[in-house]
Amino acid sequence: MNLSLKPATAEGETFVDLATTPLRELNGALHKLAPDTNQTLWKIANPAGRHAIAAGLDAPITVEIDGPVGYYCAGMNKQARVIVHGNAGVGVGENMMSGLIHVKGDASQAAGATAHGGLLIIDGNASARCGISMKGIDIVVKGSIGHMSAFMAQAGTLTVLGDAGEALGDSLYEAKLFVRGSVASLGADCIEKEMREEHKAMLAAKLEAAGILGEVDISEFRRYGSARTLYHFHVDNVSSY
Amino acid sequence: MCGIVGLFLKQPKLEPELGALLSQMLDIMCDRGPDSAGFAVYGAGTPGFVKLTLRGPAGTDFAALGAEIGHPVIARDTHGVLSVPVAEEATVRAALARLAPAVKVVGAGARMELYKEVGLPADVAKRFKLETMSGTHAIGHTRMATESAVTTDGAHPFSTGPDQCLVHNGSLSNHAGVRRLLAREGLEVTTENDSEVAAAYLTYRMRGGDSLGEALEHSLGDLDGFYTFVVGTESGFGVLRDPIACKPAVMAETDDYVAFASEYRALAGLPGIETARVFEPEPAKVYFWDRAA
Repeated sequence: MNLSLKPATAEGETFVDLATTPLRELNGALHKLAPDTNQTLWKIANPAGRHAIAAGLDAPITVEIDGPVGYYCAGMNKQARVIVHGNAGVGVGENMMSGLIHVKGDASQAAGATAHGGLLIIDGNASARCGISMKGIDIVVKGSIGHMSAFMAQAGTLTVLGDAGEALGDSLYEAKLFVRGSVASLGADCIEKEMREEHKAMLAAKLEAAGILGEVDISEFRRYGSARTLYHFHVDNVSSY
Repeated sequence: MCGIVGLFLKQPKLEPELGALLSQMLDIMCDRGPDSAGFAVYGAGTPGFVKLTLRGPAGTDFAALGAEIGHPVIARDTHGVLSVPVAEEATVRAALARLAPAVKVVGAGARMELYKEVGLPADVAKRFKLETMSGTHAIGHTRMATESAVTTDGAHPFSTGPDQCLVHNGSLSNHAGVRRLLAREGLEVTTENDSEVAAAYLTYRMRGGDSLGEALEHSLGDLDGFYTFVVGTESGFGVLRDPIACKPAVMAETDDYVAFASEYRALAGLPGIETARVFEPEPAKVYFWDRAA
């Protein structure tokens, strides 16, 4: 490997300073890791908001990024745990398949967009279109989310400890939305639904996965879901086809 | 896609470095807008004098022009700046039009200087020696043209009133209608560029008595389309995003400055950024800072 790395200080640890190592070199090295790699902990310094850091991972490793990242950080992630000690730009964890992404700051727009699986934890706020078209990911936002979040969300859960912006869950399919704070408005075909025991258990499991079970009162959350009037064929709409 | 940057200093200590800081921000935004660039810097002014920024064809002899009109012109590549007593502004403008019809007055104000050219933003900044400029605040733009041609006239910032300028990332859908409204109100929009219409709209509102903040509030109702605006006035600095927030924006605030950029990368080199409050400006919310003298 040709990375300009400091010597590893502990077994399995690799340091990469993006002030001196080209990002392509880092991502290339991460992509080459074998499933049974011993290089299981990567510490990345000086990300400086660069785009696509640790995108496309497919190995059971942990990547800790010390600072703010740009667009599409950890996009398409499989298996890996990616921890961002800072804010994340547009599309963090977009199209994630599995694994964990933990943003210790705020996330910009379209966090977790189209993602199929895994867990995305955002300690701060997420802005507009959080979880747009999500397809199975679990997203836990400890702050608030912006407008048009969970737009056309198909599967998975979006849990928000703060407030939600305008048009939450517009054209929603079967994703489940749990919001503790206020919702500025609901999008087309999104309605509040009863919070039954099974939903409380589901929410508790997501909070536990995010490490905050017991820190918030589950009874304060409301559940939102699809009214299912938009995606089933209805004979009254036959002339529209 | 375009890149926009802005830096508004709250304390005098960074003023000598304003140009250098803005220059590195513009440099990083080259890949959001490689076809042209521009910036406005609010530097020193002399009470009772107005600064005129001139732009001429390559090779314009600004020194000779200054000698002819009796006011020295400080040349920076294709641009020159001269300072004239307010009472003589009209006379000087008339003399310029007569003596050098190819030279245009592209900016005027107590403190604002405005530079823009076609070319890679990093090169444009070097040609004008942006890194040597000082001042209280500055805004800049790197352009990837979508709505009109790649020309110097089509580059940002746009200035349509004294000490007023605007940079824009996005595209307006109702600029033709607003352009007609402004024409009826006697405001001349000289280019085909939709962003100049936004600048002139704000000038129109402020001419009617609005503060910059109020003018930006009104634009939420009157301007339709995608926009992130960063606007400068003699003492103020404003930011506005459209209600859908189509175009990216990130800001950083410390005790020393407020900074704006299309992407965090452009803020990463600012002093004290590690401990700055970094936030994404909310859609349809007017952000406005004023540094009253």
